[in-house]
Amino acid sequence: MAQMNMIEAIRSALDIVMEKDPNVVIMGEDVGYFGGVFRCTDGLQRKYGEHRVIDAPIAEGGIIGATIGMGLNGLRPVAEIQFADYIYPGFDQVVSELARIRYRSAGEFFSPVTIRTPCGGGIRGGQTHSQSPEAIFTHISGIRVVMPSNPYDAKGLLISAIESDDPVVFFEPKRIYNGPFDGDPEKPAVSWASHPKGEVPRGYYTVPLGSADVVEEGSELTIITYGTLVHVAQAAAALVGVNAEIIDVRSLSPLDTTTLTESVKKTGRCLIAHEATRFSGFGAELVATVQEECFFHLEAPIERVAGWDTPYPHAFEWQYFPGQKRLAAGIRKVMEAQ
Amino acid sequence: MSTKSRLHIPHPSARPGDKPDFSYLNLAPAGSADKPSIDAKPRDIEHLSMNLVRVLDDEHRAQGEWNPNLDPEKLQVGLRWMLLTRVFDERLWQIQRQGKISFYMESKGEEAVSIAQGMALRAGDMCFPSYRNTGLYLYRGTKLVDMMNQCLSNTKDMCKGRQLPVLYHNKEANLFSLSGNLGTQYPHAVGWAMASAIKGEDHIAASWLGDGSTAEADFHHALTFAAVYQAPVILNIVNNQWAISTFQGFAGGERRPFAARGIGLGIPGIRVDGNDFLAVYSATLWAADRARRGGGPTVIEHVTYRGGAHSTSDDPSKYRPKDEWASFPLGDPIERLKKHLIAEGHWSDEQHIEVIEEYRVKVGAAWKEAQKFGTMTDGPFLDPAGMFDDIYAEIPEHLVKQRQQMLELES
Ligand SMILES: Cc1ncc(C[n+]2csc(CCOP(=O)(O)OP(=O)(O)O)c2C)c(N)n1
Ligand SMILES: [Mg+2]
Repeated sequence: MAQMNMIEAIRSALDIVMEKDPNVVIMGEDVGYFGGVFRCTDGLQRKYGEHRVIDAPIAEGGIIGATIGMGLNGLRPVAEIQFADYIYPGFDQVVSELARIRYRSAGEFFSPVTIRTPCGGGIRGGQTHSQSPEAIFTHISGIRVVMPSNPYDAKGLLISAIESDDPVVFFEPKRIYNGPFDGDPEKPAVSWASHPKGEVPRGYYTVPLGSADVVEEGSELTIITYGTLVHVAQAAAALVGVNAEIIDVRSLSPLDTTTLTESVKKTGRCLIAHEATRFSGFGAELVATVQEECFFHLEAPIERVAGWDTPYPHAFEWQYFPGQKRLAAGIRKVMEAQ
Repeated sequence: MSTKSRLHIPHPSARPGDKPDFSYLNLAPAGSADKPSIDAKPRDIEHLSMNLVRVLDDEHRAQGEWNPNLDPEKLQVGLRWMLLTRVFDERLWQIQRQGKISFYMESKGEEAVSIAQGMALRAGDMCFPSYRNTGLYLYRGTKLVDMMNQCLSNTKDMCKGRQLPVLYHNKEANLFSLSGNLGTQYPHAVGWAMASAIKGEDHIAASWLGDGSTAEADFHHALTFAAVYQAPVILNIVNNQWAISTFQGFAGGERRPFAARGIGLGIPGIRVDGNDFLAVYSATLWAADRARRGGGPTVIEHVTYRGGAHSTSDDPSKYRPKDEWASFPLGDPIERLKKHLIAEGHWSDEQHIEVIEEYRVKVGAAWKEAQKFGTMTDGPFLDPAGMFDDIYAEIPEHLVKQRQQMLELES
């Protein structure tokens, strides 16, 4: 076991799969000599060489398109898109190609590309370094979508993602790269060192794709969330003093419906929270799923807390971000409903 | 040749600890490039995309056909604007380091591009800049204090607190709003120029992006549309040798200059010494006249050097030699224009120092004023309700509701 932050855990996952499988290659902007703007690939080019950790031209469509081609020719590529906000030039390659090659070739062709990309706000990044576009990708069939909330899961899920023959978009909430964040920007930053999920095996292990994690067991309310908001939800539940069952979705698509619905059937109340904008957000899918499966167990309407339907404003980051206060208000509303 | 295929990985000429080496640059003596008439056929002037248009020689004299023969007064104006840009950048960089703004990007070493081109274009021409065109914003009349207000996201911020520092706009000055996404402005410039032609006006458009950004698809869309419709547009590629940690070879600059990117489409390209104020001015005027008279688009590559870090989040000592700029054979645009004016008897070291001092005071005063309108920590603050404005022309119902919820939570 070792103490790792999320960056180190991601790097460790990449290192291990590269060591194990000579077909794993990494390509992205600034990932090679420099080691990535968030340092996730630091040292990997020195260790595995320039043919396996490849600096790319600034062209996200090119990176995704070319990694698809590499995957078609037997490699197992990991593409890094520097910020999720910059993934859109590669969108056509994801939607029309990556997601559908297996289907349209009746299973004869596939490309096992994993796209890693930092997402989310809370770093004063303004509207082009803060977005959470996961729902745009969960809407595409044929793509797996993952977002870990801690170093242990990040490493285990990333290994699973790379080893999976399906394409995966792997979102990394950058606000929690260096430590968990409970949504209060006034508090001094905490590191992963004191968090149980910052304890990460040095060697190989996997966290399966398609499985949610019950972060805290509880009986009065189920909070379904993922990414940075897992930590905010824990703090908000403590603030309200409710015995909440907190579920980290971690694999958004395909979704572990069983874990979510069993919990809601048990508690009878449900709050859904994410940082991304609300309208047509992933929360809408979660609400629908819970409603479909748990309607007769529900004691209150399902509540949704999400980012406002605005771009992420530089000056009003904390008014935009669904912090403890907003989650606490949501929790109270679900608890008070008869 | 080998019997197997081979993967080429571009390598910069020097990494940290190495001696800087710019022998790859393919320079040409000042005054050696010919200046064609503005109605020259693209295929007759392809060599200009491989050559290097330079006016200022090593003795700081102006040479050759591209000498724009500007009045000394005009050159002094240019030098002053470049100095103001440098002083402004230096101060804002410091201010970020003190934690008073969240982020900053400077244009150190690239001032001639913004100022010389700003002066060569007309006020009615529309500019679609990149984040490294600080000088263009200043020259076109954006007040120092307004630039600072934007960087502070304060109550007088033109972007109403919505954008990262340096992503300015200035509607009256025909400066489009900066995006964080690279290269997206390039097709906009082409479309704007097409509209100008559709309306029968003689305004042209100009856009700027970096060497690295030429890899984006939008760059290629822009060139194709510009070529097909012969749009009156100047497409500038500011080749400062670096794109964060990757050198220009990763954008495909190893075998052909960026100026030649349009050749296959029949767009003339001019490769110009981007640190030579006179050459940049002259090339821009040529391209602008050509566009205004129905001659269509021109690509201009400005060969320059990113004198500073990519941004305040960057540490270039990790990927390039610390002293690389000092060895850059095209020097510093400010020093070069200064020495030219001194050589011609129209400037002095004393004057130069005085102007810098004057600008430091001016920028300092603007900073004092800007802080009165609010900082990141001290009020007055913008009203957060404003974050729901301007998403649509009129605010829809669901946003009215969300705004109400937000205000209740804030109170
Ligand atoms: C679409 C997109 N991809 C990636 C980025 C991240 N990024 C910001 S600046 C930059 C380098 C740009 O280099 P260049 O075009 O040479 O311009 P310079 O910074 O040198 O002026 C990168 C990769 C971005 N802003 N937008
Ligand atoms: Mg560059």
